[in-house]
Amino acid sequence: MNWLSDEAIARLRSAGAEPDLAGTRYRLIERIASGGMGSVYLAEDAMLGRRVAIKILDVPDSSGDLAARLQREAHILASLEHPGIVPVHDAGTLADGRVFYAMKFVEGERLDRFSERASPLPSRLRIFQRICDTVAFAHTRGVLHRDLKPENIMTGPFGEVLVMDWGVARILRANRISTPAETVHDQACEGPGGFAAGSLRTAPKTAHGAVLGTPGYMAPEQARGDVEHLDERADIYSLGAMLQFLIAASFRSTQTTPRVLTAIARKAMDTDPAGRYASASELGHEIARYLDGLPVRAYPENALQKIARWVARYRLAIVLVLTYLVVRALLIFWFRR
Amino acid sequence: MNKITYGLILGGILGIFDGFTSWFTPAVRPQLMGIVLGSTFKGLLAGVLIGIFARKVHSLGLGVLFGLGVGLLFAFFIAYMQRNYYVQIMVPGGLVGLIVGYATQKYGDSSTASASLT
Repeated sequence: MNWLSDEAIARLRSAGAEPDLAGTRYRLIERIASGGMGSVYLAEDAMLGRRVAIKILDVPDSSGDLAARLQREAHILASLEHPGIVPVHDAGTLADGRVFYAMKFVEGERLDRFSERASPLPSRLRIFQRICDTVAFAHTRGVLHRDLKPENIMTGPFGEVLVMDWGVARILRANRISTPAETVHDQACEGPGGFAAGSLRTAPKTAHGAVLGTPGYMAPEQARGDVEHLDERADIYSLGAMLQFLIAASFRSTQTTPRVLTAIARKAMDTDPAGRYASASELGHEIARYLDGLPVRAYPENALQKIARWVARYRLAIVLVLTYLVVRALLIFWFRR
Repeated sequence: MNKITYGLILGGILGIFDGFTSWFTPAVRPQLMGIVLGSTFKGLLAGVLIGIFARKVHSLGLGVLFGLGVGLLFAFFIAYMQRNYYVQIMVPGGLVGLIVGYATQKYGDSSTASASLT
């Protein structure tokens, strides 16, 4: 008798786990990522002739909890209509009872990979501003992301910036979104809200259990599992950590990082939530002020620093006026001789 | 502040300054006030033209070039009327145009709506 190899068994298991999309308008192409409760597949929408990403529960859910979670995630995503959030196209149940939702397939690069390439700091900061805008929008809708990190940000080839993976999102104010329950249960919720091929294959995994999030990007109160008292400022902390990551990725260890940016990141990451920026848009505005050469709240300047910033901002104008004065003076003295 | 107002103010200020520097030329000192007025008017007019150009054309290089051209042209007219001091008038005049051209491209609001709303 011939025994099947482990590899063959794994292949059979994988084939068996593949969802049967018969009866839907989608044709399965490949699995692109997997999470705690579901996997994301690349599929073709036969009706519209486009590629989509489909998130499907790995197994039929007899209790209905996981199905409810996935539906809820789809509801959250669908309610957050914003250029920075992946749109949901469709949701439903497969013939085998597994719940799914289809979303835009995002082709691009994760922010952590994008940061590995040499790109100027201002362009990275502009991406960061876009992330702040998206998160601020979600906050106004009463949704907390809770897992913001470079691995969950996609940058597209045409300047798109998308905040992904809303799988552990929490609804702060239930009246803003018409989903059935008030909060997402803080258990075993790991997975993407939308993916590009391979986007999560090598990403650090989101922690399971009562404490959700990613170490290093998680606010202290979130790490303590203080779920009831979490608010927008937990995401502000994660944004600060992401800003710190972008700053570090822009400068070699021997180079000095801009103090103002470091101060902004430090304020966003204050251990006391009250010490952080009050909103994501406030943090975004602070970055805009830095890019425009204006003073920022996080870094009180002395007189010398104010002058240095002013000179840096109007450098060329100052050079032109000085050139004018020098030429004027030279002409006066030349023709008086 | 919109680009035209920006050009007007900057052109006017630099024009006044430009006019007053004629004090260092003793031969023209008696006509100082006339020169200052003429220079200011020249600066204001050049500033408005450069500001209008900056609102229409968003290009630092073209803006600077246009400013330089307008500054030189106006300064040439003044010098031609004087039949003298071509270098003393045209070089600073061209520089003033260049500075206003640069400043109106770089700074100032290009929309007219913002000016009327604020």
